[in-house]
Amino acid sequence: MTMKVEHEVHGRRKNRNYGVLILLLCFVGIVLGLTVVKVIQLGDARKFEATDHVARPQIIPEEGTE
Amino acid sequence: MSDISMQDSSYEANMGDYFALLKPRVMSLVVFTALVGLLVAPVPVHPFIGFVGILCIAVGAGASGALNMWWDADIDRLMKRTATRPIPSGRVEPGEALGIGLALSGFAVVLLALATNFLAASLLAFTIFFYAVVYSMYLKRSTPHNIVIGGAAGAFPPMIGWAVATGGVSIESVLMFALIFMWTPPHFWALALFVKSDYGRAGVPMLTETHGRDTTRRHVLIYTIALVPVALGLGLTSIGGPFYMAVAVVMNLWFLKGAIDISRRDDAACEADKHKVEINVFKVSLYYLFAHFLALLFEAALRQYGLGGW
Repeated sequence: MTMKVEHEVHGRRKNRNYGVLILLLCFVGIVLGLTVVKVIQLGDARKFEATDHVARPQIIPEEGTE
Repeated sequence: MSDISMQDSSYEANMGDYFALLKPRVMSLVVFTALVGLLVAPVPVHPFIGFVGILCIAVGAGASGALNMWWDADIDRLMKRTATRPIPSGRVEPGEALGIGLALSGFAVVLLALATNFLAASLLAFTIFFYAVVYSMYLKRSTPHNIVIGGAAGAFPPMIGWAVATGGVSIESVLMFALIFMWTPPHFWALALFVKSDYGRAGVPMLTETHGRDTTRRHVLIYTIALVPVALGLGLTSIGGPFYMAVAVVMNLWFLKGAIDISRRDDAACEADKHKVEINVFKVSLYYLFAHFLALLFEAALRQYGLGGW
């Protein structure tokens, strides 16, 4: 059983649809890239965990260690 | 776009038509000056953050171009140079241009704020507002000085690039702004003197048509004289240096000589040599801007090796 249903609009809109696909992929790439760069720039990865809005006892420095 | 109109026209807009809404040629100048503003700043920027910053500035500039085309579709239709733009030629619906312009403006400003800082994003937002609302909707059709004040929109990119890197505004970035701001009127009026325009038919007040060509020639000279101290002053700041200064002196003398030549001509002389001098000065004005910004870039490159600067 073939699932392929080709409509005339698919051919007509092909250029646009692929264009939007490429733009969305680029956008995802940019957001991912920014995330990676910004996290690495933090230096200490624990700072990233600190942006979590939940209390994280394991990232609070123990007394006497720092 | 409604289904009805889709059946009426057989043409389907493709990505190229939407891209043309963003005024790619204007965008390339924006990318260049913004990149220089970012690279000459004393604060190093991560290459990827810098890339995203420039991309946002370019997309923001493109978005304001789309908004301009949406607003100006009625007069673009009347002028030969602009009649082939996507909206007047019927390839793109006006509503689509408005939607794309607004959406891209939002994306560019928000992403720039998240990737860099709020000052850079605010400057970008103001630039889009200034070009789309202040220039396109108000100045362009109301005063022959539209190009003078509207030139500010094109002058912001290096300032935004600087803000991306430093998060601030300083004398250097203000002078880079001033350089493009003061350069725009003589550059544009030199063009207006030799291009047979139909601005009059579209009802857009252009200095050549409202005050005549002689007044325009005088204005080219006055604004070029006012431009010189800005260009040389930029050379005395922390981003200038002996190399920039040498380039600036040569280019300013060249441009000034052209402006003086223009101011001494009349319509008969222009017709006689087919606007040779005006065309030449217009070209010089292009070299002028590129040379100044390339010289700034070169000074920044020299500084990496402990050279350049004062």
